[in-house]
Amino acid sequence: MKERVWIKDEGVERGAEKLTPERIEKTINAVFDNEAGARLQAYVDTCAHCGLCSDACHFFLSRDRDPRFSPVGKVKQTIWEMLDKKGKVSAEFMKQAIQVAQTECNMCRRCVQYCPFGIDIAYMMSLVRRIGHKLEITPLYIQDTAHSHSATMNQMWVKDDEWIDALLWQEDELRDEFPTGRIPLEKEGAEIMYSVIGPEPKFRTQLIYQAAAIMNEAGCDWTMPATPGWDNSDMAMYTGDSEMMGRLKRMHFDTAARLRVKKIVMGECGHAFRSVYDTGNRVLGWQMPPIQVVHALEFYWDLLNEGKIKVAKKFEEPVTFHDPCNVVRGRGLHEKARDVVRAFCSNFIEMTPNKEHNYCCAAGGGVINCGPPFKNARVESNRVKAEQLQRTGVKVCIAPCHNCHGGLEDIIHTYKLGIELKFLGEIIYDCMEKPNAV
Amino acid sequence: MQDVYLLVSGPLAWAAWTIFVLGSIYKVWSTLNTAKKKDQVLLNYVSFRYGMRSIINWSIPFNTVNMRLNPVFTGIAFFFHIAFFVLLIFVSAHQIMIEEGFGIGWFTIPDFVADILAFAVIGACIFFAVRRVMRPEVSYVTDWTDFALLALVAAPFVTGVLAYHQLGDYMLMVVLHMVSAELLLAPLTRAYIGSEFGMVRHVKDW
Repeated sequence: MKERVWIKDEGVERGAEKLTPERIEKTINAVFDNEAGARLQAYVDTCAHCGLCSDACHFFLSRDRDPRFSPVGKVKQTIWEMLDKKGKVSAEFMKQAIQVAQTECNMCRRCVQYCPFGIDIAYMMSLVRRIGHKLEITPLYIQDTAHSHSATMNQMWVKDDEWIDALLWQEDELRDEFPTGRIPLEKEGAEIMYSVIGPEPKFRTQLIYQAAAIMNEAGCDWTMPATPGWDNSDMAMYTGDSEMMGRLKRMHFDTAARLRVKKIVMGECGHAFRSVYDTGNRVLGWQMPPIQVVHALEFYWDLLNEGKIKVAKKFEEPVTFHDPCNVVRGRGLHEKARDVVRAFCSNFIEMTPNKEHNYCCAAGGGVINCGPPFKNARVESNRVKAEQLQRTGVKVCIAPCHNCHGGLEDIIHTYKLGIELKFLGEIIYDCMEKPNAV
Repeated sequence: MQDVYLLVSGPLAWAAWTIFVLGSIYKVWSTLNTAKKKDQVLLNYVSFRYGMRSIINWSIPFNTVNMRLNPVFTGIAFFFHIAFFVLLIFVSAHQIMIEEGFGIGWFTIPDFVADILAFAVIGACIFFAVRRVMRPEVSYVTDWTDFALLALVAAPFVTGVLAYHQLGDYMLMVVLHMVSAELLLAPLTRAYIGSEFGMVRHVKDW
């Protein structure tokens, strides 16, 4: 077996210096005893050590079937050891466990579809992250993002006035093309609140423009908040900071409630959808989200089927479609997404495996957010994705998720695939009828 | 020896079944009870419909992607479980005991078929053991308990074959039959994740 590479991360190193054996033991046992209840016990008791989850994992497959990168192999290197030793593990062990849980698992849940017993390994990795959070050994870059969440209630240190400014700027731009176009701020009683992730106003403002163009041309009754609560993203969910996750989601739902909207429509982001639709609501005690949450893919499908947007021309170049785990394994939107892709693209080529069995981008689950120290390992761990993309032979890939874009960009660059990535909204904006445009 | 046989086929058999049934009930009860105290999520999301949807889909041979990916393992694993229950219920020796004890009976399989099945089950157990050693991703997560469990499962069949061929002691088989009735909890985890995937995420988990 190749020698295991343990990567040095400044945040992890600095945190680990302050650890004592007593603190580690107390923290691990507190999380296991008080937070992880029946499920952890059942999962650990039930696991037959059969290794059948291995083939599900892109880390395992990309690293030449190295057993230390299989889902159950990751559990062995983390949870099993902690349970066996009843929390009496070293700081060195914890550093390694954090690397495994925080950077070598995307929590994509593909292994759930491979385990005969339905054991949720992503859940166990999230427990390790939770322990890491309480021990303050979260990797530096993602911790910085979590700090941004707690200081500004958005992911990218965007100041309150910068947010409004970015929207007004995009509205200005919009009016060049659509003289009556608006980005309505703080419109109480609108049908839709449109929320995005921090990176959109920060460096992907054209996505706000495109969404606004689609909303305007479709005649939607929509609004965006002018206050914190506009950001639906959530890296606290991925660092095990459940308290902060709760605060973020509460503010997001509260903002929608204050604006008295009927539904929240979210931009093309996967992890944010997981947070708002699947995880954050649970932390707050709602079985399902208190306000209807609609991901962009579903929203586009609705608009298309209600005849609110129409196809003006087809995107001719051959395209493939990458299914993001959080909206496909997390919400089953793969067929709707394909309906929209086929409506707008004349030559759609499937990659395999696809739909709910698609390979992850290796960026999700907060892995790309752990930053430069882990980038090379991450790209190396997703060779199967590069091969999968290459097999399609196409030069354009639609990936309706921000994290997927980040992860796939790195893979495309490293493996020299020469593929261009697009959001689905980009194609819709380019190819739809624009009756109000000049 | 007669006394030991009577003890094992009588009170000990009752004890084993009682422990199995009560133990299973306790396991379910304690899981639910722990969930109620510390893991409310479990109770809130577990759904009969989607739980069953998942279990049924995972009970059909070659129905899941992973089963098709490992056809040999899938074939042997399904054969093993089916043969396990066929032998348990339809072997004539079992049947005689049930009829003597409870006065009820049903059809049985010929002894030579049972014999072949038992040998095949032992073969399957050997396959599982070899796989544990040979496949790196399996051997990496294997410890002695996995082999112990496998030995425990194989024991009734080995002893059954020995007893049938008059090479050993029949009572040993009975005892080990009782002990190896474990792992009933397994479907519960499938039911939970099936519920989450079906009810919340609207997607297949197989």
